[in-house]
Amino acid sequence: MPLGRTYSIALVGLNGYIVEVEADIGQTLPAFVLLGLPDASLNEAKERIRSAAKNSGIPLSRRKITANLIPASLPKRGSGFDLAVTMAVLRAANDIKPTGRTVFIAELGLDGRLRPVRGILPAVMASVQAGYPDVVVAQANLAEASLVPDANVRGYSTLARLALEFGADPQELALDFEPEDTDSAGEAGVETGTYPDMADVSGQGDARRALEVAAAGAHHLLLTGPPGAGKTMLAERLPGLLPDLGDHESMEVTAIHSLCGLPSSSVQLLRRPPFESPHHSATAAAIIGGGSGLPRPGAASRAHRGVLFLDEAPEYERRVLDALRQPLESGELVIHRSAGTAAYPARFQLVLAANPCPCGKASGKGLDCTCTPVMRRRYLARMSGPLLDRVDIQLQVERVSLADFGQAGAEEDTATVARRVLGARARQLERLAPYGLETNAQIPGRILRGELRLPPAVTRILDHSLERGVLTARGYDRVLRLAWTLADLGYREQPDTNDIGQALGLRQAAAAAA
Amino acid sequence: MKSKDLLGRHGEDLAAGYLETLGMLVVERNWRCTEGEIDIVALDGDALVIAEVKTRRTLDYGHPFEAVGPDKLARLHRLGAAWCRDRELRMPLRRVDVIAVIDDGGGSPLVEHLRGVG
Repeated sequence: MPLGRTYSIALVGLNGYIVEVEADIGQTLPAFVLLGLPDASLNEAKERIRSAAKNSGIPLSRRKITANLIPASLPKRGSGFDLAVTMAVLRAANDIKPTGRTVFIAELGLDGRLRPVRGILPAVMASVQAGYPDVVVAQANLAEASLVPDANVRGYSTLARLALEFGADPQELALDFEPEDTDSAGEAGVETGTYPDMADVSGQGDARRALEVAAAGAHHLLLTGPPGAGKTMLAERLPGLLPDLGDHESMEVTAIHSLCGLPSSSVQLLRRPPFESPHHSATAAAIIGGGSGLPRPGAASRAHRGVLFLDEAPEYERRVLDALRQPLESGELVIHRSAGTAAYPARFQLVLAANPCPCGKASGKGLDCTCTPVMRRRYLARMSGPLLDRVDIQLQVERVSLADFGQAGAEEDTATVARRVLGARARQLERLAPYGLETNAQIPGRILRGELRLPPAVTRILDHSLERGVLTARGYDRVLRLAWTLADLGYREQPDTNDIGQALGLRQAAAAAA
Repeated sequence: MKSKDLLGRHGEDLAAGYLETLGMLVVERNWRCTEGEIDIVALDGDALVIAEVKTRRTLDYGHPFEAVGPDKLARLHRLGAAWCRDRELRMPLRRVDVIAVIDDGGGSPLVEHLRGVG
């Protein structure tokens, strides 16, 4: 009898590795042995496979079946190996023809139907990269798998149909079984996304401007202000202002969401920046990723290339906020757990919202505020200095005035602002491409004060502040970054004194808090 | 005799006949001791064969081979040694075979044979 040999993919984080499945049938008493570091859910595959094969009309051999997953050192989990093991065993029993370099990724139902698995997009991407472009998936995964360029993906609804394709005896197969489609397999679409519109925000001229600047330069943003001022409302409108994701970014984002098994990503390519707003009771594992065995992505990774919005930021545990410093710096999260290490991309735009004090009334004159000065200071100090250091725009949002509130419909809508943002992004890319950068927020101080140095006449006010000790060196750089974004939005070649002045204004909250 | 015992008896007859067609010599059948029973003791050349026969009418309750677990297999090996002691024989070549008989009464029983298991 031949040795059965098929291929599948093991995912470790977003990275997939080719797994070779060998199956051998020994002439001894019936048994099914699965080797190669399977986890509990993979070990259950034995029972699924036996039933599925029987109900498909091609029962497995009544002898000792040994299936081996290679390399054994790689931890393997989940049900995605079901199909590859089944095909290897059927091959070992000579029920089907050799399957060559085809990669099989699907879970089996007891009735022999192929079920979709999570993370099919990164798995197929890895398969193509490893030089195995032929992939067989469940029908319900076909649309998602087909998003991968250069992949030759085939989808099947049942094991019987797949076995027929690989030369099983059609007399034996249960071919008339057609599972009713519980897992909808729509067309591969592009998710366009709907966001709340900027036109809903009454007044708040400063905040609207800050939001536009944040979107244009990809600057992190802190909004402080009393409850009801519209901080949350503003933050939710930021993703709508951001430009569409590029092809590569779009694949990255969709791959993460495919891994998380979010229904929204089941078949669609995510073209719009994601928006994540975890609750402030979230743990570090929920935000940065974690879980037992192999770590899974958290909110920070799901917000990759999009917006991570932390409402009531001072209410978060301090270590949760500080855990964000690494991804803010490197755009990546590396998480270690017992079963292995996973690296997830996490290049997000951070938006923090905070009340000015625990009671929330310390804005304006702050007459109603019942907090002591110490309480107020401690409250904002919960967001650590190193974290706030990375937030370019720190703005105080006041309650909207009655005069502004009346003029509903008078404000610019999202589409108008987004067009300006898109233009500003294009100008940044043109200027920054030689340095390998994309947005103003990424410019290191070395370049700001080197190649992109501004004439002394323009930076006089800044130099003066630095001299007086009002502004730190890092704060100086941040004002410059903001000034560049303001210039980009205003179609100016480089920032003028006015831009510098406005940029200083966008950091007023920092001055108030510190 | 109950019908299941009759079926078992019938299966053992078929198995014994099958072993003889293979050129084995059936030495003893249904040898019992306190520990259990050996269905067939046979000689295959120099080797002593302890054969366990499992008979089924249909596969509805699983394949006959599936009814032979690790416990039963260990007992068969012990019974083989017990038989040799009882007969005061030294048989260095000794093995356990399992024979499955599937007979739905349609006149064409199916016999499957596994040599030297466990």
